[in-house]
Amino acid sequence: MQFTFTEEQTMLGDSLLRTLARDKTPAALMDLGAGAALLSEADGGFGGTGADILMVFRTLGRALAVSPLLDSVVLGAGVLALAGEGDLAEQASVGAIQVAVALDEPGQRYDGTVGTVARGGLLTGEKTMVSGADTATHLIVSATDGVYLVDGAAQGLTVTSYRLMDGGRAGEVRLADTPARRIGDLTLLARPTAAAILAVCADALGAMEAAAELTTDYLKTRKQFGRPIGSFQALQHRMADLVTEIEQARSAVWNLAGHLDDEDRDRHVAATKSLVGKIARRVAEETVQLHGGIGMTEEYELASIVRRLLAADTRFGDSDHHLERFMALSAA
Amino acid sequence: MDMSFSPEDQQFRAEVRQFLVERLPSRLSEKVRLQQELTKAEIEEWHAVLNERGWLAGNWPKEFGGAGWTAIQRHIFEEESATAFAPRVLPFGIAMLGPVLQKFGSKEQQETFLPRILNGQDWWCQGYSEPGAGSDLASLKTSAVRDGEHYVVNGQKTWTTLGQHANWIFCLVRTRTDGKPQEGISFLLIDMNTPGITVRPIMLLDGTPEVNEVFFDDVRVPVENLVGTENEGWTYAKYLLTHERTNIAGVGFATAGLSSLKRIARGQVANGKPLIENPVFAARIAEVEIELMAMATTNLRLLAQAAAGQVPGAESSMLKLKGTQIRQSINDLTRRAVGPWALTFPSEGIEGANENTVPGPDEAAGATRAYLNNRKLSIYGGSSEVQRSIIAKQILGL
Repeated sequence: MQFTFTEEQTMLGDSLLRTLARDKTPAALMDLGAGAALLSEADGGFGGTGADILMVFRTLGRALAVSPLLDSVVLGAGVLALAGEGDLAEQASVGAIQVAVALDEPGQRYDGTVGTVARGGLLTGEKTMVSGADTATHLIVSATDGVYLVDGAAQGLTVTSYRLMDGGRAGEVRLADTPARRIGDLTLLARPTAAAILAVCADALGAMEAAAELTTDYLKTRKQFGRPIGSFQALQHRMADLVTEIEQARSAVWNLAGHLDDEDRDRHVAATKSLVGKIARRVAEETVQLHGGIGMTEEYELASIVRRLLAADTRFGDSDHHLERFMALSAA
Repeated sequence: MDMSFSPEDQQFRAEVRQFLVERLPSRLSEKVRLQQELTKAEIEEWHAVLNERGWLAGNWPKEFGGAGWTAIQRHIFEEESATAFAPRVLPFGIAMLGPVLQKFGSKEQQETFLPRILNGQDWWCQGYSEPGAGSDLASLKTSAVRDGEHYVVNGQKTWTTLGQHANWIFCLVRTRTDGKPQEGISFLLIDMNTPGITVRPIMLLDGTPEVNEVFFDDVRVPVENLVGTENEGWTYAKYLLTHERTNIAGVGFATAGLSSLKRIARGQVANGKPLIENPVFAARIAEVEIELMAMATTNLRLLAQAAAGQVPGAESSMLKLKGTQIRQSINDLTRRAVGPWALTFPSEGIEGANENTVPGPDEAAGATRAYLNNRKLSIYGGSSEVQRSIIAKQILGL
């Protein structure tokens, strides 16, 4: 039993963190091999395990980097690799193509109901909150009878994009008799979605660690009533509770990373996403409160962390959604 | 990253499980499952069974008659014992005093006392807290004044768990009043049968006298019962508190408690359906189960560190804090799971009493008692507030 990373994983994490301190562009990440680390050797990468995903995304979260790694690589390349599209998967993992994965439909909340239909190789339907849709060269689209690959410039495809709270962009995707190629059935999505949820949770863990550091430093330096506010027991205890919760989140992320390719994966997905989402919201709220007024400002670094944490809870189903899933899986 | 136990550890787990199947009397496990108080004889019975197998003192080195287990083996034993509803091994002699005597005691003390802990001849209790010294333990006042070949002890200890059964008590006493409070404390071993000692039980919320007040009135203690050096007792006390922390999270107890809770919730009916299918109650169970899954992994992470030779630091405060919250939540849900029957409060927990005519499932009375009793978890061994202050200072540097 050991809860440590391999030397390669640690080295990648260290060099990622160093690079991200000066250059947060996707190209810089890809140059370091962060994309390839998320694919298995069989799929043209050199990693792809739960621990690899944990290491890469925790680092991205700490550095508050906005990257295509989640949508284009973990999800996009992940689905492509399972579909036997190894070349495309590899291209996505080095940033040569951009993949967006279009699953959710308007009004379906988190339940994954699919209404998009395929007739004679043409897709018709509507997808919502498609992360990275506006820059995608390829789209992976779920339809009632399976998973389809759509060219980003295909006929009958329109994307209306908007900004997201965590700094990324998403779009509403409309498909009207859009040419598409079926690459497999809906079960293709299970492992990549679970891996993406691990990625979101590991990213949130990194962001929570960053939030805790920032807040602890602030408690030590901000003075009121003639002394550092961190000397007040009321604040000390709140901060102690917060890092205890973050320790729980860390273990939850380890649990999912360690069971990503096990039989009981789904139960761990639900448990981890539920707990991490709940703790992420709490860390967001508490760190603003512990800062006071400065924590409300856009200029201060905490602002982007807070929005990243709230986004982490919402994406792929919030803590209540996954609590219900956990209950359903436990009853089964 | 490898979250599985080694083949040797899995083999050990199988051995422990087999042993529990063969040697744990259902008469005892049923009482533990129903959260009923065990008698002195029942606790001694289980200690003897473990001692016969050489497993009573898993944490002691073999040279002192212990099993010499690794931190991970101890964890496995504690987890398997708890989930099989075995009585817990009393910590006072085994987990607390034993390691102190092994590290700081004289050869005579080791040879006299360690075998008697194992063979059940001595029942130890802990004389630490005083009415005026709780979380601020170093302010303790019970005094020991040297008079020839004796110390004369005067004062009062309190919250002495199961002191009514004990024939020996290890005490922190004040041997110097000047200087820092921590620097004038000594560690004394006192025979409870010495004239001048009075034990008075304290009835608790749960209706049992689990703890006691112990009064010392000119109690004469031979100087050879001093452990280590005079005025160095605080060091030994801290060693005792920080050394034995593998089970501080209580993962095994929580796991066993959760399985009991689910079993009760399956048997109770709410609005025509098993309680476990009630969405509100099922959500509360699920939330605590998810918390426990994470905490169990925190515990394993720290065990893996300990196995790699690192000494557990303030992280054990996080385990105590979170482990306590989880166990108290399970106690709360278990009590509420039995619905109106949670109102019953029979006196059967009290030794010698006999009152078995209460309605509801067998678990009902024990559930209420355990809920009330385990309010202590966030108070003893460093209250939750003390743990938060340790985290703030030692981890956060506040």
